[in-house]
Amino acid sequence: MSFDVRLRVDERTAVIDLSGELDAATAPRFHETIDAAATAGAIELVIHARQLSYLSSAGLRSLVFARQKMGDDVRIAVVGAPEPVARTIRLAGFDHSIHLVDA
Amino acid sequence: MTVEDLRERVDGYPTRRINGYRVRAGRPFPYGAHPVPGGITFSVYSDRATSMSLVLFERGAKRPVAELPFPPEFRVGSVYAMTVFGLDVENLEYGFRAEGPFDPAAGDRFDAAKVLSDPYARLVSGRDVWGAEPDWDDVYPYRARIPDDDFDWGDDTPPGIPTEDLVIYETHVRGFTRHPSSGVSAPGTYAGLREKIPYLRRLGVNCVELLPVFEFDELDNPRTDPRTGDRLYNYWGYNTVSFFAPKAGYAATGRFGMQADEFKSLVKELHRAGIEVVLDVVFNHTAEGNEQGPTISFRGLDNATYYMLTPRGEYYNFSGTGNTVNCNHPVVRDFVLSCLRYWVAEYHVDGFRFDLAAILDRAPDGTPLPNPPLLEQLAHDPVLRHTKLIAEAWDAAGLYQVGHFPNYGRWSEWNGKFRDAVRRFVKGDAGLVGELATRMAGSPDLYQGRTSSASVNFVTAHDGFTLNDLVSYNDKHNEANGEGGADGADDNHSWNCGEEGPSADPHVRALRMRQMKNMLLILLTSQGVPMLLAGDEVGRTQLGNNNTYCQDNELSWFDWGLAEGPTANTELLEFTRALIAFRRAHPVLRSAGHPTGSDRVGSGLPDISWHGVRAGAPDWSSHCRVLALMRCGRHAKDGTEPDENVYLAVNAHWEAHDLELPRLPAGEVWHLFADTSQAAAHPLGAEPALEHPGRYHLGPHSAVILVGRSAGPR
Repeated sequence: MSFDVRLRVDERTAVIDLSGELDAATAPRFHETIDAAATAGAIELVIHARQLSYLSSAGLRSLVFARQKMGDDVRIAVVGAPEPVARTIRLAGFDHSIHLVDA
Repeated sequence: MTVEDLRERVDGYPTRRINGYRVRAGRPFPYGAHPVPGGITFSVYSDRATSMSLVLFERGAKRPVAELPFPPEFRVGSVYAMTVFGLDVENLEYGFRAEGPFDPAAGDRFDAAKVLSDPYARLVSGRDVWGAEPDWDDVYPYRARIPDDDFDWGDDTPPGIPTEDLVIYETHVRGFTRHPSSGVSAPGTYAGLREKIPYLRRLGVNCVELLPVFEFDELDNPRTDPRTGDRLYNYWGYNTVSFFAPKAGYAATGRFGMQADEFKSLVKELHRAGIEVVLDVVFNHTAEGNEQGPTISFRGLDNATYYMLTPRGEYYNFSGTGNTVNCNHPVVRDFVLSCLRYWVAEYHVDGFRFDLAAILDRAPDGTPLPNPPLLEQLAHDPVLRHTKLIAEAWDAAGLYQVGHFPNYGRWSEWNGKFRDAVRRFVKGDAGLVGELATRMAGSPDLYQGRTSSASVNFVTAHDGFTLNDLVSYNDKHNEANGEGGADGADDNHSWNCGEEGPSADPHVRALRMRQMKNMLLILLTSQGVPMLLAGDEVGRTQLGNNNTYCQDNELSWFDWGLAEGPTANTELLEFTRALIAFRRAHPVLRSAGHPTGSDRVGSGLPDISWHGVRAGAPDWSSHCRVLALMRCGRHAKDGTEPDENVYLAVNAHWEAHDLELPRLPAGEVWHLFADTSQAAAHPLGAEPALEHPGRYHLGPHSAVILVGRSAGPR
């Protein structure tokens, strides 16, 4: 499934919809989107990950990139990640950088 | 990679093509494979190779996707370095092919048929899931990869606990949570261990020492259990394949190549809990074995550099495993130092325990060196300046250096003499009162001029009986190891308390419980650094097997049913917790300086005084089995911290003794903290005063801790 990323900003909440495979090849596009969200001054970032079919090591660290880009004051939630993806995030310890939220 | 990035560097562009890949000469340092703008620089050392190629694979592919010979002008000295542009790092595996002479007598064992793993590989695939059957015909079984080495450490800082304040807990990453009873989400992994941090905190230890976590092959054991036919493993992992790479099979995320992240998360969480991390590292030999062993990396890159060879080119075997790493060769020194620095800087590891460390002070011809350059270098290295360095100060060829391992004021040692003295005294051997006294005082006979942190005290370790087996078996029972029971140590100094193996006899069981408590009490009140073997606090058994290096099953795994729930060994666990808490609460047990037997602070009491059945009259004679001592609290931490007076007595005799207690300063009386013949210790600070102020009745095979403080409420 090809990768797609969409951003919308409501008030101070940035919402990113991810679908497809997030890996080293597609991570730069995700990074650009996070840059845009940070520029928009969001205080909360919600990443919808239900349509994410695959998250590679490079993809995972994109989430940490989001944490560092947005700063510690911004709440980052990853919503609806498929269980294999959520499990990988938890086991690798990345759930300390972001909030994993069930759909 | 953007155009702007390229503009910033004048060397960020290829100068030629090799087999379709855009390349340029790389920088020789650092060794290994490292991202540079637009590409990856690969750098490898070989002194004797005649040519070298970089071999590239797509992840998991049977055959290489390309081989790129290093042009002669890409070589600086003996280092081949090349930058390759446009690689898909996530899906890349790489190795080297070295051509050169095969002349074993001259030390050369080049084999151009082999794809060689990078000695500096920081991520290795091939054994991604523990025990999974590999393709045995793989031309490249241990595949070097390039990690994402960024990690969100936050504000992680090493706990920086003074060595003498450590309580070390030796454990095995897989064995700690692999048992079905562990209840963790990923049993047998770094993530699983991370979930058990609350248990470690409650136990009170402040340092975990992990059996080897550098990539090894658990499948390199050809044996089977003769009774069941089950596969035996290289479970412990003292057979390193790749020194810079964390073991993938210990990571729940290993199949995704995320073992580095998972291990770092473990270290970060342990640090947050105030627990340091010491790695057991094996630099004395590698997984390549002897002449019959596999060619994985070192042998094919520069055999004569990396291994100690006889004048005829055969492998010296000081390690007992087939080969011996040539640790004091300048190139190998550099390798070891780089590796340790990497683990400290990149993984925030707090210390290392060096397996068979006596090998590290041997010269290339095997002669022990008086001033071994490797050890000196490690002791003074800037990155390792505050890293704990612990030596297993012997090797498999008879070099025994407990007490005189070259230490440069930095190194600690596993004190094998402590282990033997405590075991023998507690089981009731005669003639050991004097030696036990010395061991409990930090072994000043061995470590004169050094601090007491030079001595890592232990009664049990992964190698040998567990504490429970030490009091349950007279003899080892290693049949399951497939070597006819011949493997494992014979001098265990164990005593089964009257019956070999599990016992239903309440007297035997009670005695065993007391003996375990006695040894824990001595261990945790002695000066020096105590080390516990994981599971001993709950009476874990290996059914008398004292060498479970190959047993990936219930024999080795921590049974959490012993720690929690209805089958828990609560009495021993709580007693161990109490002893650790007591040690933490009483700095007088943790001074850096050895006690002298004199009053150094004007307290009116010597820092340590020795007693027997009569106060002030220790009996050092060969028939005696009672030792008592008193530590003066005013001398705690060499007089810098307040503490109470502490009295310890150990009775290894089969009869009870009425002990006359030493006198306390006016207004103080003795309070009972713990007696190993009683089920539980008393809560810290709420110890009851003794009924008889000057006497204590100590039962057979028992030990006691008293605290001297004011008679009134605290």
